[in-house]
Amino acid sequence: MDTAEKLDKNASGRNHAEEPMIDLEEQPMQETRYPEHTVGTPFVDDPKMRLRDVDVFYGDNQAIHKVSLDIGKNEVVALIGPSGCGKSTFLRSLNRMNDTIDICRVTGELFLEDQDLYDPKMDVVELRARVGMVFQKPNPFPKSIYDNVAYGPRLHGLANKKYELDEIVETSLRKAGLWDEVKDRLHAPGTGLSGGQQQRLCIARTIAVSPEVVLMDEPCSALDPIATAKIEELIDELTESYTIAIVTHSMQQAARVSNRTAYFHLGRLIEVNDTETVFTKPEHELTEAYITGRFG
Amino acid sequence: MQTGNLLLLLIVMVALAYYLGHQRSLALARPLGGIRHLHSLPFYYAMRAALWCALPALLILGGWLAFDDTIIRQTVMQGLPEALRPDSDGARGLLLSQIQNVASGALSPESVDPAIAAAAERLNNLRTTSAMALTVVVIAVGLVGAAWGWVKIAPQLRARQQVESILRVIFMLCATVAILTTVGILMSVLFESIRFFQKVSPAEFLFGLQWSPQTALRADQVASSGAFGAIPLFVGTLLISTIALLVAVPIGLMSAIYLAEYAPPKVRSVAKPMLEILAGVPTVVYGFFAALTVAPFIRGVGESIGLDVASESALAAGLVMGVMIIPFVSSLSDDVITAVPQVMRDGSLGLGATRSETIRKVVFPAALPGIMGGILLAASRAIGETMIVVMAAGLAANLTANPLDAVTTVTVQIVTLLTGDQEFDSAKTLAAFALGLMLFLTTLCLNILALHIVKKYREQYE
Ligand SMILES: Nc1ncnc2c1ncn2[C@@H]1O[C@H](COP(=O)(O)OP(=O)(O)OP(=O)(O)O)[C@@H](O)[C@H]1O
Ligand SMILES: [Mg+2]
Repeated sequence: MDTAEKLDKNASGRNHAEEPMIDLEEQPMQETRYPEHTVGTPFVDDPKMRLRDVDVFYGDNQAIHKVSLDIGKNEVVALIGPSGCGKSTFLRSLNRMNDTIDICRVTGELFLEDQDLYDPKMDVVELRARVGMVFQKPNPFPKSIYDNVAYGPRLHGLANKKYELDEIVETSLRKAGLWDEVKDRLHAPGTGLSGGQQQRLCIARTIAVSPEVVLMDEPCSALDPIATAKIEELIDELTESYTIAIVTHSMQQAARVSNRTAYFHLGRLIEVNDTETVFTKPEHELTEAYITGRFG
Repeated sequence: MQTGNLLLLLIVMVALAYYLGHQRSLALARPLGGIRHLHSLPFYYAMRAALWCALPALLILGGWLAFDDTIIRQTVMQGLPEALRPDSDGARGLLLSQIQNVASGALSPESVDPAIAAAAERLNNLRTTSAMALTVVVIAVGLVGAAWGWVKIAPQLRARQQVESILRVIFMLCATVAILTTVGILMSVLFESIRFFQKVSPAEFLFGLQWSPQTALRADQVASSGAFGAIPLFVGTLLISTIALLVAVPIGLMSAIYLAEYAPPKVRSVAKPMLEILAGVPTVVYGFFAALTVAPFIRGVGESIGLDVASESALAAGLVMGVMIIPFVSSLSDDVITAVPQVMRDGSLGLGATRSETIRKVVFPAALPGIMGGILLAASRAIGETMIVVMAAGLAANLTANPLDAVTTVTVQIVTLLTGDQEFDSAKTLAAFALGLMLFLTTLCLNILALHIVKKYREQYE
């Protein structure tokens, strides 16, 4: 159910019998205020990406309202929030993947270091090589494992010789922790791997073009706990060389992998803080309600 | 009663059986406290009663209609006086038709032998009796079946399973009919071809370079003995189909890519049906378009640059045929391209690929099996196409690879072999069956190839 609706219902006291978990009398939710500005520490010194007053519209429908946030160098920022609050929309505007949706419009200042993402002169191809993306569902191409990883480097002409390409493929697969599992069948189709292996293949494919930032949209939601643990481990290692923004529905995952956590609610960025702070002493009541599992 | 009326009556009875069965199951359910205490839904009880009413009656009806005429004729013939009994099959046929003509009133009984008139009378009587007996038996069986179905309705009756298994058998029978028809056609073509190959050796047919199927009808006629080398026909077919595919595949594919990847929804919703209209234009229209507009145009262009172009050319037929099969390629390809999941495109775009790179390297390979399917379908269509070729490419069986010459195709020759008055056992007519068989084998091979390609990609990518 949509959260706003739920709040409404709680306030008017309907559905009392059906939702005994929520103590209505003690939770005067209708007083919930949306902060004018995000609470916590949205800004950092010398950020990798600097985002100010970002609005995203789907047609007339505004999905993101005035979000301002910095993503620091080599840090992992987790984006959490109830379903439909705009996490994917926000993430996709960071490498202009929203361009593929005709009705989608993005305004505000979005900078990758000192480059304006939405500058008309900005080359989307180059931007996406610098800001890579891993999707919710593993989506390997219908090609061999090798060709999957070599896809990006070939596009961008990163290798001149066959052995250079081999090297890129091997290092990327090693970084993604997949090399030992696939080194004997590099030319087998990538779609023949297990879901967890496919997702690691997609990560290898993304880092093969040496991006500076990796965006991940619920990368583990289709995976079992063991595959998830592997990917989380991998994210940990990747922070050494990359900046990562990850959307996740799992609080534990956010707590395990991220340095900072941003809580979104109905298209607004409510709170950003150190992950530890968010999960132990959230500043905003909405954040608290969400992480304690009262809605979402 | 006439069979049509009998069928109508049976339908009414079946409907009644259904209704009564429904009512009875409801009535049985009421004291139990609702239909959930029945083993099956009322629909199944009703259906079971209806099937009991319909199936046995239909079986008897079908069997009766299939055999009664043969039996009646047999009886009539047996009843004829010894002297009139025919001694050969031909005489027997003649006699039978005479009797039947008298019976139907086409011949007056006075004009024939009284014994034959009597036989005709008997024939009529037997037919009337048979029809009456049929009516009675079918209605009786229908009633008994319905009653049985109705009486057996009980809360514990496993009506659902029974109906399901009967329906399964019915579906299976329908599928069998389709398959048997195909097999039947194939067999008939095969047997006629074998007769042809008794007159003309397979080697001559398959490898001969001369095609002129005119044979002398009478011994004193001045005519060649006929040459049945099919190579020129197959080369002609191949030539025209190749030209057609050279037109249709690039245009069809590009328009499919435009429609699926670039066109705004509005354009797409208009352009796609427009393209599909091309497939709905009758081939005759394409034919005269090719013969009257395209062929003279090509000839004119050819002359102006100093080429010798026949007034009917493979090129004209091929070009127009290509236009005709564009929608087969474009429509199917568009469907499969649209079906490639968006996440696949996102994956490629997210790595910094441009739109056309994404199409070339990801979308297109993923859609390839479906695209191949569309192309092979178009190829089958091109190979089987007749009208355009008759009108635009001519009838001359030239063995040539020059698209500016007149050529002819397998299908066109089949048409010319079989139109007009023909003897049905001359090599000329039988050649049509042999050509048909070859054509069938060719398209079969194409289809097997298509399936093979599709399967190969499936295994690899799913
Ligand atoms: N392609 C689209 N066209 C129109 N509206 C969209 C589109 N994609 C998303 N939206 C709307 O934007 C809002 C935010 O969606 P978004 O997918 O960003 O949510 P999310 O936080 O990622 O949710 P989830 O956790 O379920 O993935 C939703 O209200 C959704 O209906
Ligand atoms: Mg999402």
